[in-house]
Amino acid sequence: MVMAEDRRLDDELRAPFIYRDDDTLDKPFQYAQFKRLLRYMAPFPKLIWGAFAATAGGIAVALVTPYLIGRTIDVAIAGKRTGLLAALTLALLALYVCNFAAARVRIYLTNKLGQNVILRLRQDLFSHVQSLSFDFFDKRPAGSVLVRIMNDVNALQDLFTNGIINSLTNLITLFGIVVIMLSLNVRLALVTMVVVPFMFLLSTRLRVLIRRSWQVVRVRMSRINAHLNEAIQGMRVTEAYVRQEENQRFFERMNAEYVEKFRRATGLSAVFWPIVDITGSVGTVLLFWYGVHLLTAGEVTVGLLVAFANYLGNFWTPISQLGQLYNQLLVAMASSERIFEYLDTRPTITSRPQAPALPPIRGEVVFDQVVFDYAPGKRALHGVSFRVQPGETVALVGHTGAGKSTVINLLARFYDVTSGRILIDGKDIRDVDLATLRSQIGIVLQDTFIFSGTIMDNIRYGRPDATDEEVIAAAKAVHADEFIRQLEHGYFTEVRERGSRLSMGQRQLLSFARAILANPKILILDEATASIDTHTEHLIQLGLRALLRGRTSFVVAHRLSTIREADQILVFQDGRIVERGTHGVLMRNKGYYHHLVLTQYRFMA
Amino acid sequence: MDVFRRLRGFYLPYMRYLVLSIVMLVLTTALGLVYPYLLKQIVDRVIIGREYRLLLPYLGLILAAAVVKGAFNFGQQYLGQVFGMHAAYDLRNALYKKLNRQPFSYYDRVHTGDLMSRMTADLDAFRQFLAFGFNNLVNFVLLTSFGLALMCSLNAWLTAAILVLLPVLGWIAVRFDSLLWPAYKRVRKTLGALNTAVQENIMGMRTVKSFAREGYELGKFDGRNEAYYASNLAAADLWKRFFPYMELIGNLEVCIVLFVGGWLVIRGDMDLGDLVAFFSILWYITFPMSQLGYLLNNWTQSVAAGERLLEILEAENPITSPVASYRGKMRGRVEFRGVRLVQDGQEVLRDIDFTVEPGQTIALLGKTGAGKSSIVNLIPRFYDVTEGSVLVDGIDVRDWDLDALRRQVAVVFQESFLFSTTIFANIAYGKPDATMEEVARAARIADAAEFIEQLPDGYRTIVGERGLGLSGGQKQRIALARAILADPAILILDDATSAVDMETEYTIQQALQEVMRGRTTFVIAHRISTLKRADQILVIDGGRIVERGTHDELVRQDGLYREIFEMQFRDRDEFSDDWLRAAVNEQRGVQW
Repeated sequence: MVMAEDRRLDDELRAPFIYRDDDTLDKPFQYAQFKRLLRYMAPFPKLIWGAFAATAGGIAVALVTPYLIGRTIDVAIAGKRTGLLAALTLALLALYVCNFAAARVRIYLTNKLGQNVILRLRQDLFSHVQSLSFDFFDKRPAGSVLVRIMNDVNALQDLFTNGIINSLTNLITLFGIVVIMLSLNVRLALVTMVVVPFMFLLSTRLRVLIRRSWQVVRVRMSRINAHLNEAIQGMRVTEAYVRQEENQRFFERMNAEYVEKFRRATGLSAVFWPIVDITGSVGTVLLFWYGVHLLTAGEVTVGLLVAFANYLGNFWTPISQLGQLYNQLLVAMASSERIFEYLDTRPTITSRPQAPALPPIRGEVVFDQVVFDYAPGKRALHGVSFRVQPGETVALVGHTGAGKSTVINLLARFYDVTSGRILIDGKDIRDVDLATLRSQIGIVLQDTFIFSGTIMDNIRYGRPDATDEEVIAAAKAVHADEFIRQLEHGYFTEVRERGSRLSMGQRQLLSFARAILANPKILILDEATASIDTHTEHLIQLGLRALLRGRTSFVVAHRLSTIREADQILVFQDGRIVERGTHGVLMRNKGYYHHLVLTQYRFMA
Repeated sequence: MDVFRRLRGFYLPYMRYLVLSIVMLVLTTALGLVYPYLLKQIVDRVIIGREYRLLLPYLGLILAAAVVKGAFNFGQQYLGQVFGMHAAYDLRNALYKKLNRQPFSYYDRVHTGDLMSRMTADLDAFRQFLAFGFNNLVNFVLLTSFGLALMCSLNAWLTAAILVLLPVLGWIAVRFDSLLWPAYKRVRKTLGALNTAVQENIMGMRTVKSFAREGYELGKFDGRNEAYYASNLAAADLWKRFFPYMELIGNLEVCIVLFVGGWLVIRGDMDLGDLVAFFSILWYITFPMSQLGYLLNNWTQSVAAGERLLEILEAENPITSPVASYRGKMRGRVEFRGVRLVQDGQEVLRDIDFTVEPGQTIALLGKTGAGKSSIVNLIPRFYDVTEGSVLVDGIDVRDWDLDALRRQVAVVFQESFLFSTTIFANIAYGKPDATMEEVARAARIADAAEFIEQLPDGYRTIVGERGLGLSGGQKQRIALARAILADPAILILDDATSAVDMETEYTIQQALQEVMRGRTTFVIAHRISTLKRADQILVIDGGRIVERGTHDELVRQDGLYREIFEMQFRDRDEFSDDWLRAAVNEQRGVQW
């Protein structure tokens, strides 16, 4: 037993690739959740009623025509009345034309309704997610947020486009058929309807099985896709380490498993229609067996029998669609639960109601006894206090995890302090409007994010209304212009996050340009650690100098040149400021800072 | 047709499934036509002819026909799918295998997204045609000809009346599908754009929030969300424009049959039973006609898809092992003789000559794009030289067995790539049977052990795309451990520590000293401090070696090396070398 457990653990440890599957794909029906979903249809009463009327109209035609055809055969044809035949045919034609018009309206309105609901729902979800705070994103991989905004919302498309409208009309249809059949002949109607419950069962239960079996197939397929995607991206590593044979074995096994699931699903699906067909024939046989019986007794006519055969055929469509709705609802329950979970998450960092806008600032920053716990009992800052005058440059120095990034994150109010306060120009940052705060603070992250678009677009992210000339001027100011002009299409070169040909240093220059364009009074800069070729490094230093000029700046510094030029150096250790002062003073003190500088430089000696 | 001939190796072995499927399909279709015939018999003979004893046999036949037809119908669908499925399985494996051996130059050219869509969408389009497209085409021909023949046998005049409208239906159906396809393509495209916008927004959330650009992002999102909405409605509009017409034409046929047929019956030219049967057959022929567009499209799509698959399968691969290849144990002597490399018409390297003895360390320095990576990439034959030769242990790399060569050369790439699996399996990527001790030792040397052991799941932590996000420096250290574990004769570090901070780099270098002993090591780096201990330093500029020598030799020359050296060491000009040395020595006694 223990050995088996060890084996399992070992298999997992050595698994060539591990792919996690998506969340559960269906959930039992919940009325409250369904009601909440329905509310998204509320703004479109005209579309709803229009679609409903058109669908009902189409169904009415579908119900009346079999009867009309039956009467035509019985009365006009069997009665050899040519005039009546022409009249009835024309009536039939008129009905079909009505049906044609109704179909156009129905297709248009149901789609418009469904797409509008999806549009709004996704808008709501996305804008809500925008408002959420960092703690939300810290906990979740980007992929899982993406899946909810895209796939879970799309999963509701069918329900809103066709599901709800159709199912209402289908219920009416079923009811209509039953009434008509019963009014035509009660006994024949009852006999014919014997197969209906069985059809229901097929349409719901067998469909659930089929749908789930295809879900299993899709899950397997997305594993294959996930693997292919990374296998292609990591192919250079695979070839360099000659891993082809192991990977081929892994892939073939994955492929074989997929094919096995596919075989099962396709087998189940292939059973569905034949069984429906056979059930239908059983109905027909019952109808004719009993119908001929009644015919000989003179209770029914040939036309009526033909009409009944048609109605029997008409049963199937609404039953089938109701079964589909049942399945759509199960899927919708799972997706909407995930959507509502996000919508119900409240942002932790918000502006207070009626918080005043932060007026243009001078850039004085005060940390007053700031304590921050990133989780209960996990303290990142223990009462940090300091004051920075407008225009000063502050270098934050210390090991990873010492508290430098926390200071930066608190200043931009990505998180709120646990106790103490942060003042900008004497105002507590929690008391002012968040957007006006952040728009006056510029942040240059070590890991610059590149949005897909041109270089021009990427720099302009700092200030969307900047002209091309202003963008170019910003790039020139931070010495990014030179490399940009060397690119194939200069400022209009298309770049994107992955696979963009920009080097680390070039990306950093771009983010400098972005920041200088935004022209913030307070600048926060996370200096990159990456080694960059010496020429670019030189450019970065020049750019940096331009960027810092005239702003209150906080720099998480790695380069001695930056640190040395700072007006104030704050040395962090375990969430506390252990030393502060200028470079000269701290070096003379021969304390922790002195040690840090020497460790960085000792291998140069 | 040529496409199907070139891909025949994938489906010919499974032809028996297709043949059986088609036989069953023909039987299904034939049995489908038995139903209207039996119905006619019941009306004509039982109801009108009053032969009531025939009722039960006929009903029994209907039921039997339905059951047998159901079985055949199941068989034809299932076997068709099995046929397509097996072919797709083989094809997928073959594509994967092919991709696993394609040279680096191939991956420089192609995009992951493009390969992905070929491996998924195109492969599926091809599979679909095998699974039911072909069947459906056969079925279409059978149904229309059977149906028309049967109708003619019932009544030629009535058939002629119907035939007037059928071509119109077919034409509309084909036209519909030719418009529908681009419309759905547009839906997928707008969905892709929306997806990109959302994905970038979430991944770049720090940037978004720090510039307070949520409003701008909402605007961008709304634009794309609405484009997606509009493309969906455009596709729905096509349905609105075409589908009701197709339905109407089918219904017009009903009116024609009713009126003309009824008139014929009244005139006594036709039996009532024939008329009822006619109605049943009508459906058999109008439905496939409305599918004609879909069927033809399926065919053309599968040909195009097959061509895109063949582009992968038939792509050339110049980098393969020769027949009589060398696969001995490598000592690690590397020699470049007059190497010239041309890529995409551009000369990347020229006149590269140097020799490295086993166990030596050689460093390459130069600007981004100078050609440093191009030089080291020639050693494990990621690319082949255009002129000259690269020799390992005196044997041209093109004469080595490719796998044997690469197994003894380990490369740490500039961009570290981790796979979606445990940290353990990532480190053991080149040596899947490594023990935990070996993996932990490699991690220690790469200075990765400490942070790995601090993770809650340690070496079991799943990393990669959907796993734990590691910092650039952490990824690089895992990639480095991977190379160390491979125990190569030649170790190539292509800017392998760019993302770690100076202190960590120092630690790694100290630990690497031991590993590098007895191995030939190539180091590409920008920091002089990383390179200065090398036995030989090559300074590369514009694809040529412009300077070579040891650190002490190069620093004395007035060249590029000296220039770079001075730029990097300007920082510490306030400390003289002597001062630093003294301070460091003093510090070694202090415990921190």
